[in-house]
Amino acid sequence: MSLVAPRSVRRPLPRWVEIAVLPLVNVALAFLVVGIIARTIGVDSFHALKLLLVGAFGSSESIGYTLYYATNFIFTGLAVAVAFHAGLFNIGGEGQAYIGGLGCGLAVLALDRYLPGPLVIVLAILAAAAFGAAWAAVPAWMQAWRGSHIVITTIMFNFVASALMVYLMVNVLIAPGSMTAQSRGFAESASLPSMQAVLKSIGIAVAPSALNLAFVLALLSSVAVWIFLWRTSWGYALRTMGHNAEAAIYAGTSIRRMTMLAMCLSGALAGGVAVNELLGVHHRIVLDFPAGYGFAGIAVALMGRSHPLGIVLAALLFGALQQGGAELSFEIPAMTREMVVVIQGLVILFCGALAHLPRPWLQALFGRRG
Amino acid sequence: MQSLTAAAAAIELRGIDKSFGAVHAVRGVSLAIPRGSITGIVGENGAGKSTLMSILYGLYRADAGQILIDDRPVDMASPRDAIAHGIGMVHQHFMLVDTFTVLENLVLGAEGGPLLAGGFAAARAELTRLGQEYGLTVDPDARIADLSVGEQQRVEILKVLFRGARMLILDEPSAVLTPQETDRLFEILKSLRARGVTVVLITHKLREIMAVADRVIVMRQGAVVAERRTTETSTGELAELMVGRKIRLDLDKAPAVHGQTMLAARDLSLVDRRGVRLLNGVDLELRAGEIVGIAGVSGNGQTELLQVLSGIRPPTAGQLEVCGRVIDPAHPIDPAEMRALGLAHVPEDRLRQGLVAAFEASETSILGYQDQPPYCRNHLLDVPAVDKHCAELMRRFDVRPQTPGLRSSHFSGGNQQKLILAREMSRLPKVLLVGQPTRGVDIGAIEFIHRELVKSRDVGCAILVVSVELEEILSLADRILVMSGGRIIGEVAADQADERVLGRMMADA
Amino acid sequence: MKRWVGPLIAVFAVVCLGLFAPAQAQTQATIKPAIVFSTGGKFDKSFNEGVWQGAERFKKDTGIAVAEFEPSNETQFEQALRRFAQRGQDPIIAVGFAQAVALEKVAKEFPNIHFTIIDSVVNLPNVQSVVFREQEGSFLVGVLAALASKTGKIGFVGGMDIPLVRRFQCGFEQGIKYANPNAELITNMTGTTPAAWNDPGRGAELARGQIDRGVDVVYAAAGSTGLGILQATKDRGKLGIGVDSNQNHLHPGNMLTSMLKRVDVATYESFKAAMDHQWKGGTQVLGLKEGGVDWALDKDNEKLVTPEMKAKVEAAKADIISGKIVVHDYMSNNSCNR
Repeated sequence: MSLVAPRSVRRPLPRWVEIAVLPLVNVALAFLVVGIIARTIGVDSFHALKLLLVGAFGSSESIGYTLYYATNFIFTGLAVAVAFHAGLFNIGGEGQAYIGGLGCGLAVLALDRYLPGPLVIVLAILAAAAFGAAWAAVPAWMQAWRGSHIVITTIMFNFVASALMVYLMVNVLIAPGSMTAQSRGFAESASLPSMQAVLKSIGIAVAPSALNLAFVLALLSSVAVWIFLWRTSWGYALRTMGHNAEAAIYAGTSIRRMTMLAMCLSGALAGGVAVNELLGVHHRIVLDFPAGYGFAGIAVALMGRSHPLGIVLAALLFGALQQGGAELSFEIPAMTREMVVVIQGLVILFCGALAHLPRPWLQALFGRRG
Repeated sequence: MQSLTAAAAAIELRGIDKSFGAVHAVRGVSLAIPRGSITGIVGENGAGKSTLMSILYGLYRADAGQILIDDRPVDMASPRDAIAHGIGMVHQHFMLVDTFTVLENLVLGAEGGPLLAGGFAAARAELTRLGQEYGLTVDPDARIADLSVGEQQRVEILKVLFRGARMLILDEPSAVLTPQETDRLFEILKSLRARGVTVVLITHKLREIMAVADRVIVMRQGAVVAERRTTETSTGELAELMVGRKIRLDLDKAPAVHGQTMLAARDLSLVDRRGVRLLNGVDLELRAGEIVGIAGVSGNGQTELLQVLSGIRPPTAGQLEVCGRVIDPAHPIDPAEMRALGLAHVPEDRLRQGLVAAFEASETSILGYQDQPPYCRNHLLDVPAVDKHCAELMRRFDVRPQTPGLRSSHFSGGNQQKLILAREMSRLPKVLLVGQPTRGVDIGAIEFIHRELVKSRDVGCAILVVSVELEEILSLADRILVMSGGRIIGEVAADQADERVLGRMMADA
Repeated sequence: MKRWVGPLIAVFAVVCLGLFAPAQAQTQATIKPAIVFSTGGKFDKSFNEGVWQGAERFKKDTGIAVAEFEPSNETQFEQALRRFAQRGQDPIIAVGFAQAVALEKVAKEFPNIHFTIIDSVVNLPNVQSVVFREQEGSFLVGVLAALASKTGKIGFVGGMDIPLVRRFQCGFEQGIKYANPNAELITNMTGTTPAAWNDPGRGAELARGQIDRGVDVVYAAAGSTGLGILQATKDRGKLGIGVDSNQNHLHPGNMLTSMLKRVDVATYESFKAAMDHQWKGGTQVLGLKEGGVDWALDKDNEKLVTPEMKAKVEAAKADIISGKIVVHDYMSNNSCNR
């Protein structure tokens, strides 16, 4: 019997408009603004758009790179989403991915000379997840037992991770005689096969790209996250906590344990970035491989509405923008990489933050039956 | 529909119609509210009165129909329009800034320029005037957090009047008030009426409508089914009109057959981190086959008692024994273990504890039992089993709509409560704790819930009911304990109790 | 519920639009040089910018267009190098040690294309590796700093704490000890992330901290961060030492000197050699002897450098060139002790 207002402000649109037209209008609006900006710096905006799209999807190589970038975004998007479903804002994906890389790399460096490759790969993936989880577990513990806010601590842990990695890379793990702060290369057998090699073995020829089996791992993780969140009692308890912590307490869920579980899973997923980057591409531990994917994961999760399928699709969009954007600045020098970041930002702005901007217009068009 | 009064209508609605998808919430409603009157709008949950008022206040837009203010058609596109036309609304949940003073809250949103001093002086003068005119006295410099709930509500009313409202909509205004504060509120409403203010009161408490309103409009299933002068009707007739059938407000029940003690609390105490004593040596015994009622003014430890008894908070002293297990500060328990012992708990605040608004009804129907077969095996949820379980609960407890896939928040309060009750009772608990079993629940559902509780008692469940509604305690309980200041201050057998006796005990404490 | 459908449609639309595949426009030139910068970007006020200046000079002198790419992450190194090679760009300069692995891979795929890598060594016949003995140039400015300091306390503010920066620091320290064994060196690194190359605020703070501890000459080896460091030393009336390009003009009268690392020359020469069909593979180690590093003396700092100081520095320079002084390279054993 209450007349509380906020929910009512959004009036219903026909379902097909909600699902199909609204997002399309959002993307179109974003590209409209991009086009205007491109025009003002003297670039033919249609040509630029074409370059962007062809750069992202025009060849098997560009699709490979798009999917490779998407892999990172899927992992970090899932990481943010899992924590988000538990009502926790994990800003630490960056650091968790970084430390995940440490675990992944240490496992390979320690074992690749003694164990068969596939076994090393499996252990390295587990190590990436375990180290990522451990790095997330500390802020989780501090929130659950000491009341330190997880947003603050995870941000701080990004810096700690970065400093720790630089120290280890420069002083301990650096390959002897190396000019640069990177570890020795992993044994050939202990690297994740590239997608090109895998497809070749089943008779499909594609151009070489950074795409590797980590992409498959990312897709499997998405399915696993979906099953976990919506088909297990743990996921149920986790979501209950996220939506309504008091109801979770009422239901007998330990908030502390669930905070730990959610953050550890989140960190483990962030560790997937290390699998893609180190095990799949660089084949050694390098500095700064998380390159902002951890932060971008927040936007990916936001755009994907924290649903694994949404995250995969949002990650594809982000991957396409990253790859297409690189090609764009490659072909048109005026479109510097800063411009590409602007484009990416606009798409995120219109599809995420301003997702409901065109709603009133669409309502005027379609909302009559409301 | 023809208006009963000759006085000019302050608000007139003509043929208002509104649907949400397949739900036809308001069906061609026409009504007139005379200027300077108090009009009650009653109806079951989902009868459409909230939607109707939201349309009037500009929160929703009607699919069809017209709104006339002072005989002129107006377009209510947003609450701002409503305020401009002199309509104000006092929500059930107050919209005040706790850390601001009364004056600051009043000026909020109507500062009158970047410099506050001028606005404040004008507001202070206006506040004095309003206080004198309507008897709405509040210390302008008191902080909201320091005010009682009744005073906070007065600030809400002042806020609305301050913005020049001549028409006032109040949504369940007495839900949060003590009886004394309610009386005070009604005096204020009457003095507003005397000054020509038009008041619309949405409530489910028929006795209050009878006490304060001039006229009452009854809604059912989105339509106005009756309009009465309060002097020409009775609570019985209104209840019947609301539900559409005869209602039995009194409960017929056999005497309790006492079984063995299922729950015993000895000297139970709870002290919070700041050292405030919330429970102060509670002794309590609950036997199979009886309903024990806990009466008291809210905020006297009932909430905390339920928390301790259900395992949500451990006691800081004393001992609790539930179905043979002893719980004390050294041996705490969690709610999940309590459930395993056979204790079920219908929480006082269903939205904050009993359900997850964003979850589907089927998910809400296993809250707390998500680890139990048949819903879950090896930690994997069996979704078809959960849906089946939920559909079964909905059928047995007449939860409407019977759609397990619908979000929990989309059910009306009564249906939410029925779903929670169904969930807790379906596992045939040995002990059932029920907090505010019918708070915000419409009259037809109240009847149903009470009957179900008695049925449970009759098959041997030990039931503890905490309620601020004395009437409810009186009709349900076999024994009544009165609580005050975190202690049980007295016990009365149900057949020797009436509101006067209990009221005196509560007041003497 | 099905909110994911939105992004799906969006992506689908993007794919559909992508079907207009355009043909590539080709430009004709005698050579088609290209540069892949490091992630720092071409305007890093440091050695990326040096490369860019060299390329600009080449463009102006020859009218030949130079293609450029600024990667935003390390994976794009390989991608960009391969894309340039596929388009037939030749020669291709890869800036920065971080590109070594990527370059090695791509250079093997395109044995007929000439690659140049700056700051690292890749041993392939079609790769020219250009490295600098920064320790030698740093040694000279260290000598100068020790001679100019009145307090005997000298500061070093590095960018990101990596071996390369420690090489600067180590050479600088040796130069100081050479000129004044009692002088004290205070070292700070700006940070441990690439952001450390671009944090003038923090650089200024570190420099002020050092000055508070008695330092009166500060060597800024920190990319754009150096601008803040040099501003702070000027504001406090102390002396600063610039790095990579000649930064003396930034604060005339307060710039003791700059340690020059002639990446611009290396870039220019590499393009020029390719144009003249003189391009050679192999490793070029550019130290004082080759003119790859040096110290800067111009009208902006000539008043600060007394003839005695100049003589001492020039003597040290001659000794290094002749081999009489061997400046230890930190990166040879990851330590400043030989």
